[in-house]
Amino acid sequence: MSELATDKPPEEAEIKNDPRVPAELNNNVFITTLDKIYNWGRKRSMWPMLFGLACCAIEMICTAASRHDLARFGWELMRPSPRQADLMIVSGTVTKKMVPQIVRLYNQMPEPRYVIAMGACATSGGPFKEGYNVVSGIDKFIPVDVYITGCPPRPEALLHGFVKLQEKIERQSVRTVRWYRKGVEVSVPVPILGPDLTDLRRAQEIADRVKAPQPAAETPAA
Amino acid sequence: MAETTTAPAKAAPAPAKPHAEKKQPVPLAPMTPEMAAVQERFGEGLIQSAPFEGLLVSDAAQSLEVARFLRDELGYDMLSNETAADYIKDGAIELVHYVSRTSGGRPLCFKTRIPRDESVAVPSLVPVYPGAEFQEREIHDMYGVRFTGHPDLRRILMWEGFNGWPLRKDWREVYYEGDTKPFDSRWPGGNHQMAEERVPWADNVAYPAEYDPGTYQPDPDGSIYASMMENAPTDQAPLEAGVDDILSQSAAMKTDQLIINMGPQHPSTHGVLRMVVKVDGETITDLKLVLGYLHRNHEKIGERNTWLHNMPYTDRLDYICGLANEMGYAMGVERLLGITPTERVEYLRVIMAELTRIQSHFWAIGFLLNDLGAFYTPALYFITERDLIIDLFETVTGSRMMCNYMRFGGVSRDLTPEYLTRARELVHERIPRAIDQLDRLLAENEIVKARTIGVGYMPAERSIAYSLTGPCLRAAGVPFDIRRADPYSIYDRFDFDIPVLYGGDVYDRFRVRVLEMRQSLRILEQALAQIERTKPGDIQAGKKAYNHRVPAGQVYSRVETPKGELGFYLVSDGAQNPYRYHVRSSSFINLNSMREMTVGQKVADAVVILGSLDIVLGEVDR
Repeated sequence: MSELATDKPPEEAEIKNDPRVPAELNNNVFITTLDKIYNWGRKRSMWPMLFGLACCAIEMICTAASRHDLARFGWELMRPSPRQADLMIVSGTVTKKMVPQIVRLYNQMPEPRYVIAMGACATSGGPFKEGYNVVSGIDKFIPVDVYITGCPPRPEALLHGFVKLQEKIERQSVRTVRWYRKGVEVSVPVPILGPDLTDLRRAQEIADRVKAPQPAAETPAA
Repeated sequence: MAETTTAPAKAAPAPAKPHAEKKQPVPLAPMTPEMAAVQERFGEGLIQSAPFEGLLVSDAAQSLEVARFLRDELGYDMLSNETAADYIKDGAIELVHYVSRTSGGRPLCFKTRIPRDESVAVPSLVPVYPGAEFQEREIHDMYGVRFTGHPDLRRILMWEGFNGWPLRKDWREVYYEGDTKPFDSRWPGGNHQMAEERVPWADNVAYPAEYDPGTYQPDPDGSIYASMMENAPTDQAPLEAGVDDILSQSAAMKTDQLIINMGPQHPSTHGVLRMVVKVDGETITDLKLVLGYLHRNHEKIGERNTWLHNMPYTDRLDYICGLANEMGYAMGVERLLGITPTERVEYLRVIMAELTRIQSHFWAIGFLLNDLGAFYTPALYFITERDLIIDLFETVTGSRMMCNYMRFGGVSRDLTPEYLTRARELVHERIPRAIDQLDRLLAENEIVKARTIGVGYMPAERSIAYSLTGPCLRAAGVPFDIRRADPYSIYDRFDFDIPVLYGGDVYDRFRVRVLEMRQSLRILEQALAQIERTKPGDIQAGKKAYNHRVPAGQVYSRVETPKGELGFYLVSDGAQNPYRYHVRSSSFINLNSMREMTVGQKVADAVVILGSLDIVLGEVDR
């Protein structure tokens, strides 16, 4: 914990004993900021959701297996329930048929929650982008914290993504994070499967524009 | 009628290939004795030779009778592949069937044509070949073909209510840019625009004019639940007659049947499969599968790509064993091109394919144990071994899973110097020990036996009827392995056996996989020795090419992947991209039999049965 309390070497920390601390507690108590201890705990005990979509899930499983050993980072507990998860790894192609379920799972995760878009498909649609059943990246629907390139990313790349997410967590502060603020609604409306995938946040726009005459529908493309 | 249909049908083949340069008429398939027997039985009015391959049944309504004759009289007991192709210039959709004999030999193809408008229905082949059920649903989903007599004709990959029939040639997806790649805008100028910038919604969506999301009532699951309620026993008779007697129709003891969804987010479903199960207590009374959560439009994309473009996509079909898929595709295109790979290439391919089989079976067994409740620990052992095999792939191809290794007539790289040493060490030392350990730990394990023996039983005849292939079929006592039944590549040179067990249950499927791994090792030992006789560096027949002009033709190329029969149905019209690119995936068709295996068993067994089928969702949904 001494490294955590301050970045300076221990002997320097010793000099800065707070005079308000009783003498018997000197050298027994570490003083740090709330943000540091809070983020230190969080970043080392992430529970990713066991949730595989496609090819990337295989590399995700390999990352958790003995050779790459995700547990070194304190992330080993993968369980399939969103209610206990801190992190969603979108590991594979996001299809239109699947995206309502992914959004629902995201909404069921408690705050603080993070999303990693693993691989080209989850980031942008990847090699399957032009497909009629493929969503061009999960970030069209839910906010993504870390994008990992690769098709599929190697386990090392996934580990790198984890470390990047840890760095991001370190920089957060309890004073500013959204889950301690009032009135910040972050659940995403679950899209519906109509004649095509419908993002309900754009329902009004869709209703207006499909009814509008032909030119109006074409102008936004220009 | 016979005379009138004969003439146009014979003339029809020529315009069947829209982009083909019409220099010579399309060759008709040569008659084999089996084909002649069909023609003799049904007459020349109904049966002619089809262009390129197979028989043409000129009246679609008769196709069921033809199928019945093929099965009962000629012994074609298994429907390998059923698919369709849209010949838009002729205004016809062609239904293509490949039937095979489980005793071996080439598959027989028969086709029939129907008009493109959706009014015409064709008889479903499900009464003859139950294995057609999912395949016909897929044809319905992709082409809008209606089948009469199909037990459950709904969309299978897309959801109910989706707008359009995606694989029809005149149906264009939102990000449509051109008919063939490379697109003119990009080549050779290199100009491109992001797909999102080109389309009106800045997104991959399109809506019909009357659509109003405010009032639309989505009901994608309504038809599933409705169909499951339909076949519920109306009087809800209790399962045990004795209980019924004792309580004498007491309404209080009637058990309710519950419908439970497992998946698409569920640890047991190996991805994003969804099982809708109807349970009476713990017993499953009905099961329906909902597929398509990973449907990523492989075939539509494949028909736009150039031939070589599709190679990396085949890796992503069954992403555990990409190299085996590549082999099937490369062989298919080679047959169209008429090239023969060099000796060294054949050995390299066999080595890669057999290593793939071993690592895939390691994975399958590890996750079968996972499904049995041995959460992740056995899998860890097998993933360790699998990682070693994958390292070998990486040293040669540069990638762990998506190798993109094979080329038409060759492979992309030769072996690295240390490869053979490492491969021999694995094949002679490490993997046999790992398999022995696996066998010792699991084969006689009391819990494994208690949970798997007699579970998911499927007898041989039903397995064949359901077009079950791969280890699941061989565990039911049918010695059908494409490597022997319809030999390809250089498998006829190796000394190996096809392991067959007769239990037809989960336990035997697991044991057949263990035995197959040992046989793969035998092949590898021979191949690793014999490859020394070939010339290093000789890894491409002919010149290396990026853009192949494949002569017009059609081919059904099948290989034995670790999951079963993987077939590529390829139609070329002479252009630089496939006219039709269909994947007959074993995982998809094996799932067809899941319902029959599961009904009557416990819920926990459904998970195990699914694990024993060893599906990969990338191949199921494509």
